[in-house]
Amino acid sequence: MLLKNDKAALSVLAVLAAISLIVPVCNLVFAPGSPLYFSSYTVSLLGKYLTFALLGMSLDLVWGYCGILALGHGAFFALGGYAMGMYLMRQIGSRGVYGDPLLPDFMVFLNWKELPWYWHGFEQFWFAAIMIFLVPGVLAFLFGWLAFRSRVTGVYLSIITQALTYALLLAFFRNEMGFGGNNGLTDFKEILGFNSQSDSVRACLLMASGLILMLAFLVSRWIVNSKLGRVVTAIRDQEMRVRFLGYRVEMFKLWIFVFAAMLAGIAGALYVPQVGIINPSEFSPLNSLEIVIWVAIGGRGTLYGAIVGAVLVNYAKTLLTGWMPEIWLFFLGATFILVTVLLPDGLVGFWQRRLQEQKQ
Amino acid sequence: MLIYFVSFVDKLWFLGLFKVWSIMKPNSFRWCCRVMLGFILMSPTLSIGQENAAEDAFSAALSNLKAGSMQERGQAIEQLAAVEKPQAVAVLQALLDGRLFNLKADGKLVIGEEVETDYKLTDAESGENLGMVERSATQKITVNNSLRTSLRKIIGRLQLNDDNAAVRLAAVSAMGQSIDDQSLALLRGQLIMEQDERVQNAIKLILGLEQLNSPDKRVRLAAIDLLKDQAGRNVVNRLNGLVEKDSDGHYLEADSDVRNQAEAALSKINSQLQAYAAIETLFFGLSLGAVLVLAAIGLAITFGVMGVINMAHGELMMLGAYTTYVTQQLMPNHLGLSLAIAVPAAFIISALAGIIIERGIIRFLYGRPLETLLATFGVSLVLQQAVRSIFSPLNRSVATPEWMSGTLQINDFLSLTWNRLYILIFCLLVFVLLLQILKRTRLGLEVRAVAQNRKMALAMGIPTGRVDALTFGLGSGIAGVAGVALSQITNVGPNLGQAYIVDSFMVVVFGGVGNLWGTLVAGFSLGIANKLLEPYAGAVLAKILVLVFIILFIQKRPRGLFPQQGRAVEG
Repeated sequence: MLLKNDKAALSVLAVLAAISLIVPVCNLVFAPGSPLYFSSYTVSLLGKYLTFALLGMSLDLVWGYCGILALGHGAFFALGGYAMGMYLMRQIGSRGVYGDPLLPDFMVFLNWKELPWYWHGFEQFWFAAIMIFLVPGVLAFLFGWLAFRSRVTGVYLSIITQALTYALLLAFFRNEMGFGGNNGLTDFKEILGFNSQSDSVRACLLMASGLILMLAFLVSRWIVNSKLGRVVTAIRDQEMRVRFLGYRVEMFKLWIFVFAAMLAGIAGALYVPQVGIINPSEFSPLNSLEIVIWVAIGGRGTLYGAIVGAVLVNYAKTLLTGWMPEIWLFFLGATFILVTVLLPDGLVGFWQRRLQEQKQ
Repeated sequence: MLIYFVSFVDKLWFLGLFKVWSIMKPNSFRWCCRVMLGFILMSPTLSIGQENAAEDAFSAALSNLKAGSMQERGQAIEQLAAVEKPQAVAVLQALLDGRLFNLKADGKLVIGEEVETDYKLTDAESGENLGMVERSATQKITVNNSLRTSLRKIIGRLQLNDDNAAVRLAAVSAMGQSIDDQSLALLRGQLIMEQDERVQNAIKLILGLEQLNSPDKRVRLAAIDLLKDQAGRNVVNRLNGLVEKDSDGHYLEADSDVRNQAEAALSKINSQLQAYAAIETLFFGLSLGAVLVLAAIGLAITFGVMGVINMAHGELMMLGAYTTYVTQQLMPNHLGLSLAIAVPAAFIISALAGIIIERGIIRFLYGRPLETLLATFGVSLVLQQAVRSIFSPLNRSVATPEWMSGTLQINDFLSLTWNRLYILIFCLLVFVLLLQILKRTRLGLEVRAVAQNRKMALAMGIPTGRVDALTFGLGSGIAGVAGVALSQITNVGPNLGQAYIVDSFMVVVFGGVGNLWGTLVAGFSLGIANKLLEPYAGAVLAKILVLVFIILFIQKRPRGLFPQQGRAVEG
C-alpha cells in the first residue's frame, strides 16, 4: 500500500494526528492550570506551523520531485490567503468601524462608492472556497504554461518566479488594487457564523489544518508514487532524456506546478483566520525563500521532510525572535549556508544515512 | 559712455601700464583705470580733485547712512549710488543683506560676516580687514521694505555696469522681478550697449513681456514675435493670459490678430516644451539605467563566467555604500576626497568579501547552481544582519560633495541634477574599464577562456580555481563601487541591497548572460522604459509592467537579448 514499510512517514503522520486531535481537545476540555492544558496561544501557534508545513510540502512537490526551484511559491500562499481574507472581510458586514453594510472599512476610508466587481461572490463560503483553489491555480497555470513551454529552466526560472512574486508584492501594496493596500485585510469577526477569535474556533482550525495536511500528504504521496510521479522525478534527473523518450515534459511540469500552487493556496486560506491578518508582505521574496529553506533543512523529495523542516524552522523562529530578535537572521543565514554545503539531503537524509550506517 | 569707454580702455594697453598700481589695490583696478583716464583726458590736478570729491561724497554719504531717519537714510543711499566706486556697491549690498553695522566703540561703519557666533569685519569705507568682534559690539543699520526695494533697483542698476557678463545677467533678471518705467528705460539703454548675447536675450525678454501691455497693436504683435523664441515660464503664463477668456466669456485680449499670433507662439513654445520633457525623461531613464547597469554588471560577470547566481550581490553593494559612509566619518571635512578614497576602498572591501564567499562556500557547490543560490542567499542575510548590528538598523545619511549636488539649469523647463549626471558618467567609466580589463589583461583572457570552456581552459594550464576566485572578486568589487554611487542618490541602510537585487537580476536576464554589452543595453532600456511608463501608469505600476514584460520576454527569448553563442551555452 501507500505507506507500507515507510516507518518515517508513518511516524510523522502519527505525530500529526496526535497534535491535531489531542491539543485542541485538551485546550477545550481542561481548565487553565491543569498539567494537560494547552494554552490558546499554543493552539494558534501549532495551527500556524501546520499551515506552513502544508506550504513547505507543496513546494517539495515542485522542487524536490520536479527540480523546479520556485522562488515565488509564497505568492500562491498569499493569494489563497487573500481569497480567504476577502470572505472574512465580507462577513464583518456592518460591524466595521464605519458600519457600512457592504463596503469593507478601507474602501469607505478611500471614498469608494461601490464594491469592485472582483469582490462580488465572496460573501458565500463556497465561492471563496473555489477561489482559494482557482486563483492560485490559474496564475500557476498561466505562468507555468508560458515558462515551461518555452523551456525556461534552472536559475532563469527561479529568478522569474521571484520577479512574479515581487511584481505581485508591488501590486498589492497599491491602494487602487482594492485589497487594502499596505494594511491588507484584518479585523475579522466571524468565520462560518462563529466568532473567529473564540477558543473553540481556533481549536477547530488547528484540527482542520492537521486533517487537511494529512490528507494532502496522502494525496501527494499517491501522486509521486504513481506513474505520473515517476515521470516527474525522471524530469528532475534527466529532462532531456525524458523528452527524447516522447513525454511532453512541459505538461508534466505544468500539472505538478498547478497542483502545488493549489495546495499552497489552501495553506494560505487556513493560515489567515488563525493569524487574523493578511497583508502584502506575504508576497515578499524573502518569505518565499524561507519556504525553500524549510524544505532544504527537512530534506527534499520526501514530503515529510518538508513538514519536519517547516515546523522546526518556524519553532526556532518563534523562540529566537522572542529571545534575541537580532540573532534570527544570523541563524537563518547560517542555516542556509550550512545546510546547502554540509547537509544537501537535509535532516531526513542525514538521519537515513545514520540509520543505514548503523545497520551495516 | 564714460564707463563703457573705460572698460574698453582697461582691457587694452592700460592693463600693462598700471599693473603696479593694480597689484597694490587689486579690488579697485577699474577705478585706477578710470582715474588714469582722467590723467590723460584732463589736467592732472583736476582729476585728482575729482577723485577727492568722490572720496568726500562717499564718506559723507556713509556718515549720513548711520544716523537719522529712514528718509535721510534713503537720501544717503541715493548719494552712495551716485558715487561711482565698487566699494559703494559692496556697502549697498551689505545694507540690503543686513550685514552693515555701526561699531559701538568708535561709531565706524563696518561690513560684517558671520563666523560662528562672532563677526568678521571689514571697514565700509576702505574695505580694510578689521578682524573679529563679538556680536554685541555692533549695531545693525536697518532698512525698511520700501528702502529695500529701491536698494535692489539701485544695486541692479550699478551692477549693469559691471565688467562681468554673469553679474550683468544676474542684475537684469533681478530687475525683471519688479519692473517699472525707470528700470525699463535703463534696460533699453543697456540693450544698445550690451555685447554679450545672453544678457541681450534676457533684456529682450523683459522688454518683450512689458511690450505686451502696450496699447499699440503693432507693438504687441512684434513683442509676441520676439517672445516665441524665448521659452520661459513667465512667457508661457503671459501668452496664456492673452488667449484666455475672463469670467464673462470675453477674451482678455480684444484683438483677434494678437490672439491668433499668441496661439501660434504658444503652440511653438509647447512643442519646444515637449521636446524638453522628452529630453528630461530620457535623462531620468538613462540615470536610472546607469544605476541598474552598475548594480547588474558585477552580477553579469559572476553569472556569465561561473554560472553562479550570487544572491549576496546586493549586500556587497551595501558594503560599498557603508564603506563610503565610514570614509566620510573618518574625514568629515573633505567630502570630495573621502568619496575619491571610498571608490577604491569599497572595491577592495567588497572584492575581499567576494573572494571569501567564493573560497569559503561557492567552491564546494560548483555544478549545483540552485544550491549556490540558496547558500549565497544565506550569506546575504548574515551580511544584512551584521550591518544592522554594527551600524544600527536605521538609515545612515551620506553627504554629497558640493560639486555633485544641485542642478544644471539649462533653462526654465530643463534642469539636470548633477549627482545623476555624475553617476551616468561614472557608470560608463566603470563599464569601459571593465571591458578593457576583460579584453586586454591576462586575467581577462583567462576569465574569458574559463567562461567559454572550463575543461579546455584547465587543460591549457589555466588555474581555473584561482580564476574563479578572482572573477568573483572582480564582480564583487564592482558591486562595491556601485554601492559608492548608490550612496549618493539613496539612503544607506541594511535594506539597500535588497531593493536592487531583483532589478539587477532582471537586467542580467534581459540582456543575456555572459555579455557585458547586453547588460549595458538592457540596463539603459529598462531604465528608460520605466521612466517612459511612469507618467502614464505611476511609478509602482510602471515597475510591475516592466517586470511582467521581462517575464513574458524570457518566454520568447529564454537566453536574453544577446544570447551566448556556441558550445559554452549548454555547458
